[in-house]
Amino acid sequence: MFEEASILKLKDVRYSWPGRFSFGLTVPEFDLTSGETVLLLGESGSGKSTLLSLICGTVSAQFGMVSVSGTDIASLSAGERDRFRAEQIGLIFQQFNLLPYASVLDNILLPLDFAPERRSRVNTPKEEAKQLCQDLGLPRDVIDARAGTLSVGQQQRVATARALIGQPPLIIADEPTSALDAATQTTFLKLLFAQSKAHSTTLLMVSHDARLADQFDRVVQMSDISQVERQSA
Amino acid sequence: MIFRLAFGSLMARALTVGMTILAIALSVALFLGVEKVRTGAKASFADTISGTDLIVGARSGSVQLLLYSVFRIGNATSNLSWESYQDIAARSEVDWIVPISLGDSHRQFRVMGTTTAFFDRYKYRSGQSIKLKDGAVMSDLFDTVIGADVAATLGYRVGDPIVVAHGLASFTEHEDQPFRISGILEKTGTPVDRTVMVSLEAIEAIHVDWKSGAKIPGKSTPADVIRQMELQPQAVTAALVGVKGRLQVFGLQRAINEYKQEPLLAVLPGVALQELWQIVGIAETALIGVSGMVVITALIGMMATIFSSLNERRREMAIFRAMGARPRVILGLLVLEASLMAAIGAVLGLVFLYVGLAIAQPLVDSAFGLWLPIDAPTAREVCVLLAVIAASAIVSLVPALRAYRLSLVDGMMVKI
Repeated sequence: MFEEASILKLKDVRYSWPGRFSFGLTVPEFDLTSGETVLLLGESGSGKSTLLSLICGTVSAQFGMVSVSGTDIASLSAGERDRFRAEQIGLIFQQFNLLPYASVLDNILLPLDFAPERRSRVNTPKEEAKQLCQDLGLPRDVIDARAGTLSVGQQQRVATARALIGQPPLIIADEPTSALDAATQTTFLKLLFAQSKAHSTTLLMVSHDARLADQFDRVVQMSDISQVERQSA
Repeated sequence: MIFRLAFGSLMARALTVGMTILAIALSVALFLGVEKVRTGAKASFADTISGTDLIVGARSGSVQLLLYSVFRIGNATSNLSWESYQDIAARSEVDWIVPISLGDSHRQFRVMGTTTAFFDRYKYRSGQSIKLKDGAVMSDLFDTVIGADVAATLGYRVGDPIVVAHGLASFTEHEDQPFRISGILEKTGTPVDRTVMVSLEAIEAIHVDWKSGAKIPGKSTPADVIRQMELQPQAVTAALVGVKGRLQVFGLQRAINEYKQEPLLAVLPGVALQELWQIVGIAETALIGVSGMVVITALIGMMATIFSSLNERRREMAIFRAMGARPRVILGLLVLEASLMAAIGAVLGLVFLYVGLAIAQPLVDSAFGLWLPIDAPTAREVCVLLAVIAASAIVSLVPALRAYRLSLVDGMMVKI
């Protein structure tokens, strides 16, 4: 029932956070085709974080189906979901992406520790990490530096290298540029696009900044694909 | 790699982690130090007398006999008659016999009448002989040899005259017969250090003008007259006996214990020391208890540090989670960190211990006569170290479980 090219598919998903304040998110339908770059626009509080948590499997929907690379993640156990995430998704966050005390190399290779299949695609981890750094405009010897000593812009590139290593089919970037200044933003996005193209990965970027829209294959408004229910207890 | 990350994380918090490790190291050093002192004290205690097969005295209790004959604590209730002494000495099993005659004192130190054979036969610390630091053993009737503590406390040197008092803590002194110090012994860490040794005949000489423990009024025999007298003792307090063959010890012991002419008691020094240690040993349990509490305190301190670090590390845990780490990896990471801290602390504690021992060994030996051996860690000590590491892993489960729950709730999004 899935198209070959569908990398992410959400159908009739309903999720509400447990706790005193009931907050619910409903996503009737959301699809990503393999290889496309999609910008998901939404204001804060629009349920972006919840949607990402659902896709990444750190929370599970009460109803509906979330499938990544053709696997319904609801069918996986919590532990399997963690591994599945490591195998399938490269993640880039707004900031504080890296373990500041660890070397750049260890940071880049970290997801491979939890993803054996992804690891098996990396033959010479150190060389590939160096290559990714170079492709992302970082000096090759940055690999031995402590991540905490890098500038925010450099850290975001290291985070990108980490998301790309082992070629996961889907890269999710959650406001990766919001901590960067305008010039760095542009360079960063260029590199991100170039690399996701080069590795033929699907890119889902979440942002509130509509100015980035023209650089993506497709722009989706959070409000078009989902409804948020909010009731104070 | 997880190991390297855990180590890196510890390094990043070097100050607090260092303090925690220091606390663990000190507590471990203290615990092992107490162990060393305890076993050292026990060994020193057991080493008070060695080479002697039997201690013979009038019938009393074995601990009592040991206390007064070796430790100079308490008094004999009755003596060993000279005839019995001669009888035992004449037995075929007996290789050597050294008489001990107690009852007099010099200042706060006991005077012991014996023969010069004592200096050859009395052994301590597994076969070590008493050595003279200065002077020579008694050669004259009025010669004395004093222990190291006596010399140090009273500031005596070879050639000094001393006066021996009759009885203990008595004010009547045997002023007539001034003794001369002929030799001073090296420190042994045994009661010998606190003893003034004279010949058996000298003990008799002191008492020439005495009867029933009181001085005969007006009677004062000059020293040179005493020298001419027959100074055969009537009785001695106890005797140290060595047998020719190890197997004869029990036969001789039985023979002495069943001696018809006089109620006597022969004890094996090792057995009596064991009995005595069981009484003294209660203190060691208390010591272990206290130092054990110190280790527990250090571990609780570590738990508190981990707890307080959890909030600032939620972001770090979220990164791990986002990269696909299961919550139990987070749990394992914290337990690993705690174990690492404890392991470093344990090793550092061992270093502290040996450095401390190296510094303290000569000081403790000269001050207390307690020999603390510097050996490789014993199996028991290694067990203690492993137990500390294991205990820290267990203790760290408390904050680690909290981190586990936090990372389940936070997932990969932390809102701080």
